[in-house]
Amino acid sequence: MSLATRWARFRKSEGGSGLALVSPTAIYAILLLAAPLATILLFSVLTDGYLVVEPVFTFGNYIETWTNRIYRSVMMRSLGVSVAVTVLTVLLAYPVAYFVSFHVQPSKKSLWLFLITIPFWTSYLIRVFLWKVILGYNGVINSGLMATGIIDEPLTAISYNVQAFVVTLAHAYAPFAILPIYVVLEKIDRSLLEAGQDLGESKFRTFLRVTLPLSVPGIAAAVLIVFIPTIGDYVTPNLIGGGKIPMIANMIEVLMLVRDNKPLGAAIAVSAMAIVTAVSLLFLFTIRKYLRGQK
Amino acid sequence: MSQSSVRLEIQHLSRAFGGVPVVSDVSLTIAAGQVTCLLGPSGCGKSTTLRMIAGVERPDSGSIRIDGRPVFDARTNLPPEARSVGLIFQDFALFPHLTVAQNVAFGLKTDREAKARRVDELLERVNLPGFGPKHPHQLSGGEQQRVALARALAPRPKVMLMDEPFSGLDNRLRDGIRDTTLEVLKEEGAAVLLVTHEPDEALRMGDEIALMRGGHIVQTGAPYNVYNAPVDRAAAAFFSDINVIRGVSRGALTETPFGSFLTPGHADGGTVEIVIRPQHLKIDLDRAGRGPSPTPMDGTAARGTVIRARFLGRESLVELALDEGGQRLTASVPGVFLPKPGTVLWLMIRRDRCFVFPHPA
Ligand SMILES: Nc1ncnc2c1ncn2[C@@H]1O[C@H](COP(=O)(O)OP(=O)(O)OP(=O)(O)O)[C@@H](O)[C@H]1O
Ligand SMILES: [Mg+2]
Repeated sequence: MSLATRWARFRKSEGGSGLALVSPTAIYAILLLAAPLATILLFSVLTDGYLVVEPVFTFGNYIETWTNRIYRSVMMRSLGVSVAVTVLTVLLAYPVAYFVSFHVQPSKKSLWLFLITIPFWTSYLIRVFLWKVILGYNGVINSGLMATGIIDEPLTAISYNVQAFVVTLAHAYAPFAILPIYVVLEKIDRSLLEAGQDLGESKFRTFLRVTLPLSVPGIAAAVLIVFIPTIGDYVTPNLIGGGKIPMIANMIEVLMLVRDNKPLGAAIAVSAMAIVTAVSLLFLFTIRKYLRGQK
Repeated sequence: MSQSSVRLEIQHLSRAFGGVPVVSDVSLTIAAGQVTCLLGPSGCGKSTTLRMIAGVERPDSGSIRIDGRPVFDARTNLPPEARSVGLIFQDFALFPHLTVAQNVAFGLKTDREAKARRVDELLERVNLPGFGPKHPHQLSGGEQQRVALARALAPRPKVMLMDEPFSGLDNRLRDGIRDTTLEVLKEEGAAVLLVTHEPDEALRMGDEIALMRGGHIVQTGAPYNVYNAPVDRAAAAFFSDINVIRGVSRGALTETPFGSFLTPGHADGGTVEIVIRPQHLKIDLDRAGRGPSPTPMDGTAARGTVIRARFLGRESLVELALDEGGQRLTASVPGVFLPKPGTVLWLMIRRDRCFVFPHPA
């Protein structure tokens, strides 16, 4: 059998047409996702030379990443901020999702969900600037307070600090947290709640013993959706933080582009990725009891 | 039934949704250890009645007492958790995130050991020993139903409400589970209100049947009485197919192809309906034109021709047209008898097996 007929046969086969169908996506994913990731991994074990990356294998970048106090503390701060943003976002999102699912008339639910997504209509950058305008040194809050004479000098505690971008990020990610929680709450069979009450539990206790555990998968999704991107967020700290308190992403940017130490930047990036993965897996492992075995 | 053993007493309960009355003036009394079946067609307000007793639906008016204590009236409205009412749902509503044992223990407020003892005792009782550590999704429908039963019984409710608890089960499983359920319920001594739209289930399970239609309770009584002395044509029709023979009552007598029927108490010249269940039509063979010799109880025999006969296993349904007047009637006979279409047969109606109702205007 010649190569040509084999090729023709392959093209007609189910596997062949399947491959042909997925190949655009596959090529796209390989080029834009897998390849850059592999490059980063490769860079992280190479040696930094002056202006060039020398193809010499080393673990030095990782040793530097994990032992240098500066990188460690920036990493810890990023983790702390991400956790704070995640907790705040989910805590604020849950009541909203609960309200829409349990107290909004079924006919009005779509309208509510639509309203929740409205913030997405403006670009993320514009929303971040908005918070800057609100929280900034000469921002709405400060000038408002000064105009009414409550304070004499602008408060620095509300701008250019960790609190400021926790607030900004929590707002930015709120819809991402509300939607998955809403979906699991919608799926909860209402007769389960009646059953809880019939068995002698108050509404609140029924919530704690039935609704909350059953909504854990949604909470988990919300947590991961917020936590994973915020730890790598780079725009918000830059704008709100005024570059003064860089998060790990800003640190990587500086190393890669300003200090031109690509291998070290790559090593920090890979380490950050590993830490996020580890924290996420640990989180999922802790709540695994609530994630499995439900119909 | 002494007055003191009355567990559940509901009076004049009514509820409307958006101006449409769904439950109207429903009153019922159930004693401890008694099973009352609330029987009625779909949408007649059975579930709504049950939900009002459970406290998850608020009545517009009326009162509910449990063990003499008002749980709902003009002044009181106890929340579900304070009513000592157990509810079994059509879909069982087992908590998917808890094991069988945790499900059963959900309503128990005792310490851990007492809980474990009660859970084991109940699982034993419903024939599911050792099922404690399983999750609901690992159980069959029948097993889930029994877990739901055990869970509802665990806190020893005074009143047990069941909303079509067997409708999701396989036909052949059903009888066994019905009997187990009944046995366990009797042992626990709760007053049971069981909602169903299946007459067979009500007849089998109920000490008493409350027949509901359009939000009203139209008849209450022991299964035997409700079946054999229906209050109206529709009540009779709810339990089986029926044959209806119309006639005009004159001087307390109504003439029909089956001879005259005594119809005292019906307006002179008014149309009456004589209702007979298919299994109560007596059939006799033609024997070369010599008809049967009916007893006085059977009145006159009428001749008919078989149009169609269907074999259903335990019984055969024979459709006939009467020679006189051509009315179609259906008789149910033991399955061994399956006459061919065109066969001529004689029919008789036992006077004590038919019901006479005035023709509704
Ligand atoms: N929350 C509600 N809002 C509006 N109408 C309702 C509500 N609940 C029930 N109904 C209406 O009340 C009527 C009786 O409902 P119910 O559930 O009591 O019937 P049912 O006798 O249990 O019927 P089925 O045998 O089909 O379960 C139905 O027509 C239903 O549409
Ligand atoms: Mg119902």
